[in-house]
Amino acid sequence: MNHEKIETNVGLLGVLTAIAISFGGLAEIVPLYFTGQVTEPAPGVEPYTALQLEGRDIYLREGCYVCHSQMIRPLRAETERYGHYSLAGESVYDHPFQFGSKRTGPDLARVGGRYSDEWHRIHLLNPRDVVPESNMPGFPWLDEQVIDAEKTGAKMRALRSVGVPYTDEQIAAAGEEVAGKTEMQALIGYLQGLGTASKTWN
Amino acid sequence: MTTGWTLFIVILTAINVVGAVWLLWVTSRRSPGEQQPGAETTGHTWDGDLREFNNPLPRWWLWMFYGTVAFAIVYLVLYPGLGSWQGTKGWTQQQQWQEQVDAAEAAAAPVYARFAGMSLAGLGGDADAMRVARNLYANNCAMCHGSDARGAKGFPNLSDGDWLYGGSEETVLATISYGRNGIMPPWGEALGEQGVEEVVAYVLSLSGLQAPADLAAAGKPRFEMFCSSCHGLDGKGMQVLGAPNLSDDVWLYGSDAAEIRYGVVNGRNNQMPAQLELLGEQKVRLLAAYILSLAPPYVEPDPAPVPSGDEPAAETPHEG
Repeated sequence: MNHEKIETNVGLLGVLTAIAISFGGLAEIVPLYFTGQVTEPAPGVEPYTALQLEGRDIYLREGCYVCHSQMIRPLRAETERYGHYSLAGESVYDHPFQFGSKRTGPDLARVGGRYSDEWHRIHLLNPRDVVPESNMPGFPWLDEQVIDAEKTGAKMRALRSVGVPYTDEQIAAAGEEVAGKTEMQALIGYLQGLGTASKTWN
Repeated sequence: MTTGWTLFIVILTAINVVGAVWLLWVTSRRSPGEQQPGAETTGHTWDGDLREFNNPLPRWWLWMFYGTVAFAIVYLVLYPGLGSWQGTKGWTQQQQWQEQVDAAEAAAAPVYARFAGMSLAGLGGDADAMRVARNLYANNCAMCHGSDARGAKGFPNLSDGDWLYGGSEETVLATISYGRNGIMPPWGEALGEQGVEEVVAYVLSLSGLQAPADLAAAGKPRFEMFCSSCHGLDGKGMQVLGAPNLSDDVWLYGSDAAEIRYGVVNGRNNQMPAQLELLGEQKVRLLAAYILSLAPPYVEPDPAPVPSGDEPAAETPHEG
């Protein structure tokens, strides 16, 4: 085929380009939808509690993933610092997952239990109070804003529709669990749960 | 991965590789040298006579492309890339990680072997051990206790010789290994507004800070009723519970009346996370030695006086 035909016909160019670039996705991504290692939870991994789920939404809203990854690669330097390398089965209830792509701050995949709740509160209000050389911004409004408890149940129903096994009772109790909680409490609840399943692996 | 999906991947990959070779072959058939009059052009003409020739790809580029195809085929044979095909080299990323870890541990083993036979005091006096420990401290402890180990509000100063749970070797090792959770319950409701003010005044007076004498005097019985079971009748604290000594000039949250009032009304809940699981025993020992080397030598406090006076004083527990 003469490449002039392709270069002068946008429709044909588009179709052929789509075919050419779909190979990688079809071979590398599609089979994973049907692979248990990727679709089944790792031992000890549970769906987020209502409060953690709201905290996760704060994490997304504030763009924490821009500077923090949640993906410990199987490299010694990383496992030495952060703990056991991440498994695909740890992210099955994450929609979308929070692997991230850049570390301005440290990886958070196993941050749960590493610091006290109070440390997190001080650190989120003004990171330099506990880490003088930190360049992370402060998030003082988290301590003032309260979670909208009306939406929590709907969020859990939406997640259930994509495979997170929330029960009706959990969804019914969600609003009560988060009522009156600040965004700070929710976010700390989320952070303190990150990677704690791995503690049961040894 | 099932055989079906493996086949799916193998077939797609094969089509991709064959397609790339075919595309290269088709587009490179024309021989070079058509910059002659009448050679094929793309049909574009600029500035009257500037034409774009429809030249084939440069040979070096073409052969490099064939080279990448050959590389891909060799790679897919050697390494796991095609579904459940494990590759002839048997490489896995877990195994590579394990090799890295084993190599690093083997390299560190002689260093730690020497440390293992030393007491904490010996480690504290060993320059090599303290160099390792200083780095461990900076990586794992400094974000709460500060790089100078002087702590911050809510995070104890480790260098002043004042210990919440005790500064013996066993206690410091236990604190680092298993963490601590210091809980003071909230007393605001039990004491009432006036009661809180009185207790705050009494607590201030315990360490010689300025407080209204009448309030402090009224606070004494309240302190004895509500606070003394943890902080002791004399306010000197109780290391087994991690209850701070209130009669000295060391303050975890600050010595102004507002901070003391906040603590009395709302209680305190302070956690030190456990480190043993993360760091392992060798590193915990180094850290304990480092921390003990920063503080003045530890002296066991006198056993708490027993109010009745009949029984002999109980031995001060180390753990807690």
